[in-house]
Amino acid sequence: MSRTPVQPAAEQLRILNQGSARLSALPRFGDKLRDAGVHPLRATGVDILQVNVGKLCNQTCQHCHVDAGPTRREIMERSTFEDCLRAIAAGGVRTVDITGGAPEMNPHFRWFVEECRRLGAQVMVRCNLTILTAGPAYRDLPEFFARNQVEVISSLPHYSQSWTDRQRGDHVFEKSVTGLRALNAVGYARTPGLKLNLVSNPVGVFLPGDQAGLERDFKRELKSQFDIDFNSLYTITNMPISRFLEALLKSGKLEDYLEKLVQAFNPQAALGVMCRNTLSVGWDGLLFDCDFNQMLEIPVTPVGTRHIRDFSRSALDHREIALDQHCYGCTAGAGSSCGGATV
Amino acid sequence: MNNAGTCTHGRSYYQPQDLKRFGEIAKHNDKLAAKFFDYYGEVFKPGALTAREKSLIALAVAHSVQCPYCIDAYTTDCMEKGADEKQMMEAIHVTTAIRGGASLVHGVQMMTQAEKLSV
Repeated sequence: MSRTPVQPAAEQLRILNQGSARLSALPRFGDKLRDAGVHPLRATGVDILQVNVGKLCNQTCQHCHVDAGPTRREIMERSTFEDCLRAIAAGGVRTVDITGGAPEMNPHFRWFVEECRRLGAQVMVRCNLTILTAGPAYRDLPEFFARNQVEVISSLPHYSQSWTDRQRGDHVFEKSVTGLRALNAVGYARTPGLKLNLVSNPVGVFLPGDQAGLERDFKRELKSQFDIDFNSLYTITNMPISRFLEALLKSGKLEDYLEKLVQAFNPQAALGVMCRNTLSVGWDGLLFDCDFNQMLEIPVTPVGTRHIRDFSRSALDHREIALDQHCYGCTAGAGSSCGGATV
Repeated sequence: MNNAGTCTHGRSYYQPQDLKRFGEIAKHNDKLAAKFFDYYGEVFKPGALTAREKSLIALAVAHSVQCPYCIDAYTTDCMEKGADEKQMMEAIHVTTAIRGGASLVHGVQMMTQAEKLSV
């Protein structure tokens, strides 16, 4: 798939808020939380530092909220990684969640993983699986992950080739199967301590189904068809921003989708959203409540600590979360977060 | 009305937005409606069959009773539950096989009657 540039963040927010009469008529997300008695939404701490190491990727997925791809050049520099490590050491962050793009393509990736482990942090890597088959430089990644006890979290929209390729590109399913087998071969999902979790986004304009039921189906099908094992399946709602927003606009389905998200609003899901215990760092070191706010350029609310070099737990731990209409994506139905359903 | 469910004056009998109004059928008998919706909700909970299997059965039945509301609703529901087009089309072929078979098996009755009339 080739990449068509998406609209600027401010324009995306304008569309979501007042792109049409139907969108303007939707309740504001903050008001919805207020009605449910959970406003302002506050963080409960910074348990997880999610570090987006850049937009460079070997894939160009249809739904990617990062607008990542092989032609992107925005990647985290060594000095920013060092700022992250200082924050991890000083702030007692227990888990570092490394994402991208394809994070493995950042030249400082392996060093950063090892330094995080040296500091005693658990490391999660959002690996797109196809990177494991992208050439000799990446072939030993499964061993590297295992050696560092990295928790691998990988997107696989579906156990069928047609749905996976439709969302992630031609031949992605086949390469993903190869990648999963390579991870299983070094002990992932077959040895205690080596966790391999899958993430499934709906392949279209609908909400994810019951996470436990889908996990059972994925396990049965991947085992019987490919002898693949994994630990847990996380279901994630497609966020109406970036490339998925473009697709919704192009197909004339944006209003229907937003209305669906609003109708499925679940206050219980709001209490479990990831931004409450996670802090997101952009490739340039700027801080956000989540990866989605990062892409929409909505900074964290405390003005004095908006860059990782200024990281301050006292300022960030109970910060008020910055909200906008896209947040309905995380509170629909059973909820959605980087760890799957929230209820 | 023609086979597409359209009146002679051009308006469709089936309005997609009516699906969202299903709950309004309680207006003239809320007691029976409540019993129906309770029962309906209970039926679709996972049990000996998974929620996905029940949704595929619903889709197959929807094609048998040719209910466009049900076809829209259960195509969405099947996809949310992870059933792709291949699974859904197999379910519809089950409908077709049973419906076709139900006609064809009456051929035995035809042959029996034909035998009776033969000398």
